[in-house]
Amino acid sequence: MPKVYENVGCPYCGCSCDDVRVTVSDDGKKVLEVENVCAIGTEIFKHGSSEHRIRLPRLRQPDGSTKDISYEEAIEWTAQRLYKAKKPLMYGFGSTNCEGQAAAARVMESAGGCLDNCATICHGPSFLAIFDNGYPTCTLGEVKNRADVIVYWGSNPAHAHPRHMSRYSIFPRGFFTGKGQKKRTVIVIDPRYTDTANVADIHVRVKQGHDYELFDAFRMVMHGHGDDLPDVVADVPKEQILQVAEIMSKARFGTVFYGMGLTHSDGRNHNIDIAISLMRDMNKVTKWTIMAMRGHYNIAGPGVVWSWTFGFPYCLDLTKKNYAHMNPGETSSVDMAMRDEVDMFINIGTDAGAHFPIPAVQHLKKHPWVTIDPSVCMASEIADLHIPVCICGVDTGGIVYRMDNVPIQFRQVLDPQGLLTDEELLNKIADRVDELNAKGA
Amino acid sequence: MAENNTLNMITQRAFEEGVAMEIGKTSPEYFDACNIIEMNEQDMKRLGILKNTNVRVTSESGQVIVKAVVGRQTVYPGLCHIRQGVWANQVVPPRTQSTGTPQYSGFPVTVEPAPEEKLKTALHLVQGAVGMWKGEE
Repeated sequence: MPKVYENVGCPYCGCSCDDVRVTVSDDGKKVLEVENVCAIGTEIFKHGSSEHRIRLPRLRQPDGSTKDISYEEAIEWTAQRLYKAKKPLMYGFGSTNCEGQAAAARVMESAGGCLDNCATICHGPSFLAIFDNGYPTCTLGEVKNRADVIVYWGSNPAHAHPRHMSRYSIFPRGFFTGKGQKKRTVIVIDPRYTDTANVADIHVRVKQGHDYELFDAFRMVMHGHGDDLPDVVADVPKEQILQVAEIMSKARFGTVFYGMGLTHSDGRNHNIDIAISLMRDMNKVTKWTIMAMRGHYNIAGPGVVWSWTFGFPYCLDLTKKNYAHMNPGETSSVDMAMRDEVDMFINIGTDAGAHFPIPAVQHLKKHPWVTIDPSVCMASEIADLHIPVCICGVDTGGIVYRMDNVPIQFRQVLDPQGLLTDEELLNKIADRVDELNAKGA
Repeated sequence: MAENNTLNMITQRAFEEGVAMEIGKTSPEYFDACNIIEMNEQDMKRLGILKNTNVRVTSESGQVIVKAVVGRQTVYPGLCHIRQGVWANQVVPPRTQSTGTPQYSGFPVTVEPAPEEKLKTALHLVQGAVGMWKGEE
């Protein structure tokens, strides 16, 4: 009899949907059906039982081919190089559970290296702004139950968070929002006419890279200087700025969801900083909240786990072992790569090969490169050693933090068939590094 | 605009890219989803680029051949978009304004017609960049 698992978590985007229904063959090895999930999530569950999955570590040979080796050999290979490296870097964690992230912290503390997560190339600027200016946020449940005005600024959930609008923001009927979409006003601020803009009531077409000016214009209106606005700010007509400010200030409860449009553009953390300041202005007249559209299902996780372990969410320098230090620009992965400061690279639960600018990949590849990932990806295809592991939410469970920092228990639906979890693998590597350190001392 | 073939490039997510990425980055789906540049029709006319033909995109840090399309999610004249991934990252500048986050959006590129040039696969581009590519050039 096939087994049906209810309320399964989806390991794709920051929505971390936990209402997925998965039907699995009676031997626990094949996913037969996936329901309540977007097309991207479906592919992840299908991939879990793909016959093409890598199930043994692969070590690169001098001729460029790879040879299957045992987990024990892979752990020894990695631990030896970590022990020898002066400044190894472990980066990734978009797709790992919190248990794995805690074990990674143990490895890098023992090895004396740097530890960084995908936020460094994603919502890192948000952290910097939040440190400086606070974070007037809420949970996605509050948005669903209370929000009557939604702003998506520099984010495109129709593509990046496929169920965000239907589960949390625009369409659901909540406790105080019983009419759903009919009683909500949706504003999309984006230089492109995105598919999200297509379902919005108002699309504000801002000039790319000039978001700061537009935030500033909204702040002027909120401070009573709307009349002094120029006719056009960041390509947006004054009339539209006044119209949007009016809608926002008349909201009962509003939320700004912002994305990479702000953090990847000129200004970086300053764009987020002024967004938070605008929320402070709005909160003088009504209730407004702001939330980062985190990209992966547990990319909020390392920020939480490492903050309670070391005091910092990302860009951690643990080379001094007994105390941590964080300074983006200095201890951030891409900057260290570009300055050739790291002498070993471990890519885990992400794909730096595909998603770092290629000059950074070229620098990192000068040194030993280990990829810990369930899939064949660019990082596995240029690695010296590829170690396959369980997919969180498919072959193993674990705690994940949703984009609003709500922890959710993910479930295992497939038999891992001998694959190690990130946590098991990393703890074994940490044990071996500890042994080497003890011998060396 | 500084030079008349200079455009402002942004690289962001797309649903098709997400699905293809989970199928696999060496799959034909990923190849089709990510090696395109979305442009405004006016810019294409001005630069002598025909729809669905290949173009060479050059930035301060590299160049890549991609296919020019108009796309459903339109951009205004002067702006262009390559979906995040291997092709985009051949041209994304690694400068971070001291935040750790590279300039994935808002950097100048030149776009010129290159109808005779071939599109390279993801593996070719990444392994090629680090001297590991063993296939045909």
